[in-house]
Amino acid sequence: MVENRPWANFFAHTVLIIGVALVIFPVYIALVASTQAPGELMRGTLPLLPGHHGIENYTQMWQSGISTANSPSAALMLWNSFVMAMAITVGKLSISLLSAFAIVYFRFRFRMFFFWLIFVTLMLPVEVRIIPTFQVVADLNMLNSFAGLSIPLIASATATFLFRQFFMTIPEEMLEAARVDGAGPLKFFKDILLPLSITNIAALFVIMFIYGWNQYLWPLIITTDPNYTTIVIGIQRMTSEENPQWQLVMAAVVMAALPPVLVILFMQRLFVKGLTETEK
Amino acid sequence: MQTKRMTYPGRFLPYALLAPQVIVTLIFFIWPAGQALYQSLLREDAFGLKTTFVGLENFARLFHDGSYLNSLSVTVVFALGTTMLSMTVALLLASTVNRMIRSRSAYTTLLVWPYAIAPALAGVLWWFIFNPSIGIVPYMLEMVGYQWNHRNSGSDAMLLVIFAAAWKQISYNFLFFLAGLQSIPQSLIEAASIDGASPTKRFWTIVFPLLTPTTFFLLVVNVVYAMFDTFGIIHATTQGGPAQSTNILVYKVYADGFVGLNLGSSAAQSVILMVIVVMLTIVQFRFIERRVNY
Repeated sequence: MVENRPWANFFAHTVLIIGVALVIFPVYIALVASTQAPGELMRGTLPLLPGHHGIENYTQMWQSGISTANSPSAALMLWNSFVMAMAITVGKLSISLLSAFAIVYFRFRFRMFFFWLIFVTLMLPVEVRIIPTFQVVADLNMLNSFAGLSIPLIASATATFLFRQFFMTIPEEMLEAARVDGAGPLKFFKDILLPLSITNIAALFVIMFIYGWNQYLWPLIITTDPNYTTIVIGIQRMTSEENPQWQLVMAAVVMAALPPVLVILFMQRLFVKGLTETEK
Repeated sequence: MQTKRMTYPGRFLPYALLAPQVIVTLIFFIWPAGQALYQSLLREDAFGLKTTFVGLENFARLFHDGSYLNSLSVTVVFALGTTMLSMTVALLLASTVNRMIRSRSAYTTLLVWPYAIAPALAGVLWWFIFNPSIGIVPYMLEMVGYQWNHRNSGSDAMLLVIFAAAWKQISYNFLFFLAGLQSIPQSLIEAASIDGASPTKRFWTIVFPLLTPTTFFLLVVNVVYAMFDTFGIIHATTQGGPAQSTNILVYKVYADGFVGLNLGSSAAQSVILMVIVVMLTIVQFRFIERRVNY
């Protein structure tokens, strides 16, 4: 700010408040809709203020879900989403840390070849190889399992590159000192590299948890058994019914959005770090 | 490519460390991609009993197929619409937030959280708001005399999915624009205002040109997002309809392959998508290299 213009300030706040309102509006509507009585939403236009049936809608969704839509209780679906997101996150982080360690701290044949092999995964998102990947997973008997939901998604070029870049900035003296003291590669990795990478790991964790939680296409084709339905897929099933029970759908939407939103709100600094460093 | 000056000797260990990543990559990335390439050259008969090698015929068919060409143009409209809308709103919000001192972090927090919402959920939320019978927006539009119906009108459906896709992406663009704005030296702006440049003039002649690297980077990222990450929005709302008006390429690959079981054509479409991703990745990486030396 180089000059003081009260009108400009007023105008700026107005723009921002409208912007924030626009961003919050859909979620506010979801909250309102999730507290209405079952018949209320059939009768015409949605009320603008919350109703009194919130507890009952959320309890029903949490405990039993909508069986006609082949979508089980929200408790189960949220658990499935959580397991899938955690498996993807932990898987991505561990295999990326290991491969970055190998690429930076060892010299071996075909190093460049492996590096490019990992790089290529950037150019092959699930969306462009859906059917053959599905066939592979089906041949391996991994349909309708958490392994099938998570393992095919855990290769990560971005995380590998990020850790590689970070390892390159660690002073040479660390390794020299460790070797003088007789630390082998695995001890060096465990006692020096891992503790130094904690902030990077946490930042990537936030981004990848959100990535895993929000997976859509993959669980859609890999799971048909309701026991493995994730919350996002469950919501899609509920909305594709003839007459969706919107008050329950919206209760599920709120519950599905809450965990990743809370992660962002409470770990905003790590989130921004992770986002700007992975650049993708 | 560099390593450390001093490295560990290792005959087996580095391979063992790389093994998990490489195995997953080979089984679930390279092999299926190869399969897609291979299948794109084959044609199966209607019962899946006989496959014949047809060379590039699947590709030739696609480019003479009205529904594929339609899907291409739908994708272009959707990607451009989403990118423009979300980047414009995000830039407006970011440059306004950047003026604030005390309230900056509060506004930032209020604007970043939609990043966490799954595209499919964003779709469901907007689908509900615009629902022709119970939604709140059609109700308001009706008062000004517009009959909103995304179940019949292709342009209404397109607007709906663009809104949903852009809404979710605003937070991402906002954060990058804000970071870009904060890296612009304050002295340049002060100098311009001493010379009597108005805020608008300062924005267009100093701030906006200096933001070009950020803008270009976001342009690529947003196009990638709109082309590949929005499958959930389409699938959870319009399912490509009405009358194919929102049938973007990624959705069409899925619909033709999984629902229509037309494997050859779907594989050929996958290959075309791969070419597009490769080109976009090259653009992105060349650009990032340049930005390092900026």
